[in-house]
Amino acid sequence: MDDKRLPSFLERSSYRRRRARDASRLLPVVCLFLFAYPGLWELGETGGIVLSDALIFLFAVWLVAIAVAAVLSRLLGEPVVGDSDFSDMKSGE
Amino acid sequence: MLNSLIAVSLAYVAALFLVAFYAERLAARGRGAWLRSPIVYTLSLSVYCTAWTFYGAVGSAARAGLEFLAIYMGPTLVLVGWWWVLRKIVRIGRSQKITSIADLISSRYGKSNSIAVIVTIMAVIGTTPYIALQLQSVTLSFNTFLVESRPGSDLYDAQSTAFWVALGLAFFTILFGTRNLDANERHHGVVTAIALEAVVKLVALIAVGVFVVWQVMGGVTETFAAIDASEIHMWNRDGGRWTGILFVSAAAFIALPRMFQVMVVEIDDEKHLATASWAFPTYVMLMSLFVVPIAVAGLQVFPDGANPDLFVLTVPLAHGWDGLAMFAFIGGFSAATSMVIVAAIALSTMVSNHVVMPIWLKWSSRDLSVAGDVRQIVLFSRRISIAGILALGYFYLQLTGGGAALAAIGLISFAGVAQFLPAMIGGIFWRAANRHGALFGLLTGFVVWAYTLFLPSFGPDALISKEILEQGLFGLSWLRPNALFGINGLDSLVHALVWSISLNTLVFVIVSLVTFPNPMERLQGAQFVNVYDHSVEASSWSKGRAETEDLLLMSQRIVGANEAQKIFRAEAERQGMVGYLPDTTPGFIQRLERELAGSVGAATAHAMIAQIVGRSSVSVDDLMRVADETAQIMEYSSQLEAKSDELAKSARQLTEANEKLTNMSVQKDAFLSQISHELRTPMTSIRAFSEILENEGELNDQDRAKYAGIIHGETLRLTRLLDDLLDLSVLENGQVKLNITHGNIADIIDHAISATHFSKDQLEIARNRSDEDFDVTADIDRLSQVVINLITNAAKYCENDAPRLDISVRSENDLLTLDFIDNGKGVPNTLQDEIFEKFSRASDRAAGAGLGLAICREVMTNLGGHITYLPGQTGAGFRVTLPVS
Repeated sequence: MDDKRLPSFLERSSYRRRRARDASRLLPVVCLFLFAYPGLWELGETGGIVLSDALIFLFAVWLVAIAVAAVLSRLLGEPVVGDSDFSDMKSGE
Repeated sequence: MLNSLIAVSLAYVAALFLVAFYAERLAARGRGAWLRSPIVYTLSLSVYCTAWTFYGAVGSAARAGLEFLAIYMGPTLVLVGWWWVLRKIVRIGRSQKITSIADLISSRYGKSNSIAVIVTIMAVIGTTPYIALQLQSVTLSFNTFLVESRPGSDLYDAQSTAFWVALGLAFFTILFGTRNLDANERHHGVVTAIALEAVVKLVALIAVGVFVVWQVMGGVTETFAAIDASEIHMWNRDGGRWTGILFVSAAAFIALPRMFQVMVVEIDDEKHLATASWAFPTYVMLMSLFVVPIAVAGLQVFPDGANPDLFVLTVPLAHGWDGLAMFAFIGGFSAATSMVIVAAIALSTMVSNHVVMPIWLKWSSRDLSVAGDVRQIVLFSRRISIAGILALGYFYLQLTGGGAALAAIGLISFAGVAQFLPAMIGGIFWRAANRHGALFGLLTGFVVWAYTLFLPSFGPDALISKEILEQGLFGLSWLRPNALFGINGLDSLVHALVWSISLNTLVFVIVSLVTFPNPMERLQGAQFVNVYDHSVEASSWSKGRAETEDLLLMSQRIVGANEAQKIFRAEAERQGMVGYLPDTTPGFIQRLERELAGSVGAATAHAMIAQIVGRSSVSVDDLMRVADETAQIMEYSSQLEAKSDELAKSARQLTEANEKLTNMSVQKDAFLSQISHELRTPMTSIRAFSEILENEGELNDQDRAKYAGIIHGETLRLTRLLDDLLDLSVLENGQVKLNITHGNIADIIDHAISATHFSKDQLEIARNRSDEDFDVTADIDRLSQVVINLITNAAKYCENDAPRLDISVRSENDLLTLDFIDNGKGVPNTLQDEIFEKFSRASDRAAGAGLGLAICREVMTNLGGHITYLPGQTGAGFRVTLPVS
């Protein structure tokens, strides 16, 4: 039982890190969409969205992006440069 | 108040000097780990937030709504996406010891200095107005206080401020920016001072913001209400501009020389990027948090349209908060100075490494190992560059006179450096990107940018004539700078971005596709694109002929004596040697080149080592030469192989010939002994009997006749023997004259049988005469000689009480076959090969010289036929074959 649990544990952490990598690649794309989103809003004073709403929206998106980046950087920033898990990310993957 | 402002400013500057000095001291002693912490790194990135953003963001908000946010959100995109691009650039920068953005691009494209020069020039053109903008902001903010305390004083006094600020900045930058040469040893003093300034400007802006929200507005809810009530719109231009600014600020964040300096060159540890990925967005978010409230408050206080760029100062001043205003001034001062310092360092590195040093190297063709101190020259050229760049910024400010044109230069400058992006991103992700593509792409993007954005920004008839602006170049309307190729109605920034970046990328890709990179580019391309696979070797020296001592001398001059000796000692140890002079292996030269590249740039280091090593660069020609040599060696070795094969073959042939010769010598000896024996035997009896005839007087007639008969018989035998030998010799040498006539086989056999005239007891001959009716064309006499010989042999050697010889004749495929088979014991297997040799006798039963069969064989060979022994018969069998022509 024990010797089965160990590899499964390692597998899991490495799996986690890979998914964190994927997420950190996805994050700027999602951010780009949300950041660029106000560009599609109605112009002018008569539009439904007032300035304070826009401000709150943008800062909320910004804050969430920062929070997600912080979590991901904790997952990704730890390993020493050049260890096997870190260096297997070739351009292809 | 003005005096206290000056005093505070000077105190702040003094504090900066002290901090920088202290940090340098700590770093030199190897202490102060916090200097290398990710927080200091993140704060140093704040050189992105210049005075333009410190003051200008509020002004931009008052004029154009939320646009300023996009300038902060662009870098956020880059940083949260650090895994894509930044991480790779930083890894490349560290493994290749990159010193600037120009160095990065030129290293990628085969260490091409022409690309480095172009990037440097573009960077200087893009950055100089920006430096002028910083000087202007300091001047304007100082002027605000000047007007406040001494109403009526004119701007002239303020302009002199710009001069003193520029001078002070040049002094600071030279002092802390050119202290050590290896750019990989970070400028700890500068970076620490920048980090401090980052804190000051952030706290200053937040302080003003807090003041505005809770003091002026009276709380958060009221602030929101005031924002919605204000005349600030979300933006007063189209949404495309929002996206355009997002893009251009993200691009500039990577490509700005000063950003590259703090982000890539000064980084201590790749892990810092992970921290910065969230910490720097937090920083810029905080920077922009209070911008809109301050703008709203400014518009409330100064409804008549005072300069909104200075609201950060004027709002506290208007409410009588002079101390806060002074703090805000220091914040703006920090933003301006930090940008100028880092930009000057980055640009001076580029100018010195890619323009000054190559020219100097070219001019002074002297041997570097005996020339003057290169280290001093590099430092000197850097100091001059720093002073020159600041002077350029100052004169730019004086010439343009500041104003709105200068304020607009921020985004224009961003769009200019964004032109580096295709060559840069293409270079690190696409191996086929090559020098020509990068060169033409950069030039295209730069020209389009200058034509559509930079030159028109000075207004009509300033740098570009009004006619061109309105009618287009050469009067072609589709070449109008603001409506290139007929695209009308776009915002000028978006218009310029779309055209410059897309044409830049297009030219870059197409030229890269159709041209061919040189080997150095391909090498560097592979190393950049696959930097995670191999973060080491940079370029290859095919030969290491450099004198180690010369290299050491030169290195000492570049990186300093201690550092150089450390490098050489470490290398000697690596090679298992003692002392400071390792062997100049290609690996060592490569490592050394990288070390020097950190000080003077890759192209220059390559050129300097090349002077000592005696190779200007690893050019295509060099590689071709190496290939040629290899080919020659291969050719030579294959020739050698062929020759040795040939030798082995002739040796084999020699051995065979030798064996044959030995054999022949043995045969000759045997022949000689045989012939002497054959001649001797009759001669002996002739001599004996002739002596008897001579000496013995009383011989009766009968004996005399008997002895004479014996002598006669022996002489006959001798004659026959000599005849046979002669005959054989004639036959063997091919000198025989054949008398070719027609004849019939049956007649020939008849003749032979009658010539031998054996009785039936001696030999019974069995034949079927009717089967023998074949005509032949041959030497009939010779042929019958062979038949006679075979019949005689059968009679002589057939060991049977009733000897019998079967003669059968048949014709097959133009081949006449005569078989002579007796009923004796035959010839033993071992002797079957020998019986046709001279003096070979299968048995001792009958006397004979053993020449008969040898003669037969020679005759048949001369007649074009064969005689062979026919094994497996009742007795001895001989087969004679003759072609029927």
